[in-house]
Amino acid sequence: MTVVSDVSVSGPVSTPPKERPNRIAGVFAAIWLVIVGVPIYTMVSWSLQERDDFLDNGPVALPSAITLENFTEVVTGGFARYLLNTVIVTVACVVLTLAVAIPAAYAIVRSTSWLSGFAFRIFLLGLAIPAQATIIPLYLIINRMQLYDSLTAIILPTVAFGLPLSILVLAGSLRDVSNELYDAMTIDGAGPFRILWQLVVPMSRGSIAAVGTYAALGAWNQFLFPLILTQNPDLRVLTLGLQRFRQEFQINLPGMMMAVMLTALPVFVLYLVARRWLIAGLAGMGSR
Amino acid sequence: MTATVRVAPEDGSDATAPARPVPRRPSRPATSRPSSWYLLPAALFFGVFAAFPLVLVVFLSFTSWEGIGDPALIGLDNWVRLVGDARVLDVVGTTLLLTVLGWATQTPIALLLGVWAAGPQRNRAILSSIFFLPLLLSSAAVALMWSRLLDPYFGLAAEFGPFQNILGTPSGALAAIVFVTGWQFIPFHTLLYQAAARNVPKVLYDAATIDGATRWHMFWYITLPQLRNTIITSSTIMVVGSLTYFETILLLTNGGPGTSTYTVPFEMYIRGFRSFEFGYASAIATVLVVVATAISLIIVKFSGFAKMRSTMEGM
Repeated sequence: MTVVSDVSVSGPVSTPPKERPNRIAGVFAAIWLVIVGVPIYTMVSWSLQERDDFLDNGPVALPSAITLENFTEVVTGGFARYLLNTVIVTVACVVLTLAVAIPAAYAIVRSTSWLSGFAFRIFLLGLAIPAQATIIPLYLIINRMQLYDSLTAIILPTVAFGLPLSILVLAGSLRDVSNELYDAMTIDGAGPFRILWQLVVPMSRGSIAAVGTYAALGAWNQFLFPLILTQNPDLRVLTLGLQRFRQEFQINLPGMMMAVMLTALPVFVLYLVARRWLIAGLAGMGSR
Repeated sequence: MTATVRVAPEDGSDATAPARPVPRRPSRPATSRPSSWYLLPAALFFGVFAAFPLVLVVFLSFTSWEGIGDPALIGLDNWVRLVGDARVLDVVGTTLLLTVLGWATQTPIALLLGVWAAGPQRNRAILSSIFFLPLLLSSAAVALMWSRLLDPYFGLAAEFGPFQNILGTPSGALAAIVFVTGWQFIPFHTLLYQAAARNVPKVLYDAATIDGATRWHMFWYITLPQLRNTIITSSTIMVVGSLTYFETILLLTNGGPGTSTYTVPFEMYIRGFRSFEFGYASAIATVLVVVATAISLIIVKFSGFAKMRSTMEGM
């Protein structure tokens, strides 16, 4: 860990001044900038125009007049309800993931029982399970548990599929806590729970933040579980709400773009205020 | 006091093997250790909603179930049908084609962008933060955004002639999926390569510069070999990811035109939740599990989780 951060810090500093500009890579990066930038610009620009203006101006022109009409239409068109559902699911997933993963990682690193080594290998294998392949049995299980068509039905499997990576990341950081600290707390008369609460949690704040972000992103972006485990319109989360907006805004492209943009807005704010945790969380997301 | 004295040398020896928990030492006063009960909540969650469904999907593949009532055992019928199903063969072919095309386009672009973004200039940091914007959108949002951008009448596609009806032809729709998934996932892989490229020891380049190596030589003989492990990790994540694309297919092409962009997970979803042939869909899911697991085990084997973690640390 130290080695990694040392290199990345010293890299920029020790650059020799003789380096030539890399034109080919520069041109290449400029092309990618266009590929990423134009759609994002278009999405923002469409969403701020009235539909008639948008049709007159065409897809790439700057908006001739800026309006919040689409915003109002999306928010009053059910978005607030979807947002609330997504927030509930996300908060529940983060809380449950941390409440379950931290003690598990603690036991995996500190317990001497064979069970902890076994559990570690199981969770390692768990990284490989594709969630898509389990939707039919999950549908059956959730139905039998009388949970179909509830937010709980979305939360439970989402937490379960986020656990392997969460536990492995937390266990990795717990291994850096030195034995002396555990021993010192034991001498002070602390039991395992107090050690967890007063030593393990404060010492692994960084990984807890990263895992929390990862769990939040996973819940926020979840599409498949809500799709198959709920049907009540009042229980739609944002991603499913988007799907419905498409049908409703069949020809209202600006309205659709506003809806897409609004679902990403909270993540964008997180990107601005907590870029580091977000990137760490995203790294986890992508590896699923 | 006695305890501290006794502990010190042990810690010294532990430092050489920091990755493993301290082995049991019965002679010394017991350090507080958590019992295995701390594992129980996580094990329950994971067992009930991830591990058990994996077993159940194999069982369901030997049953007939229409979504109501109980699944009825029908032996190997689903599997016999699967082996002779020309459409499943098509769907597997499409999935593999998308996987290969996705890998072949995403890897070089992400590699070059990552190496470029690892460079020291200030403007690269700013540009990189724009490059990563697609990561902020969910798969559903990306797919829906592009389905509107590629709208043949009002979208961006309408402005650029050859792409106007891109979603209307089988090869165009496949190309659109490769492009949109690339747009969405290249930033993630760029992050991996950027982190790895920053860790390539500077002295290697300095030495090569003294020897008069060209930039191309340095890339080919230093950067690429040094990134070997990251290429393996990134490629495996990419391949497993492409095998399980779902939102992009459902929301961008809905499998169309015709069935030309059906992939394995999409076919499974349609068979299950649209045709209510849950038994047959489970057989398709089992195939998906076997392929994805085989590839994921290669991730763990070749790259190891520990390295994955250090890649994340490097960000």
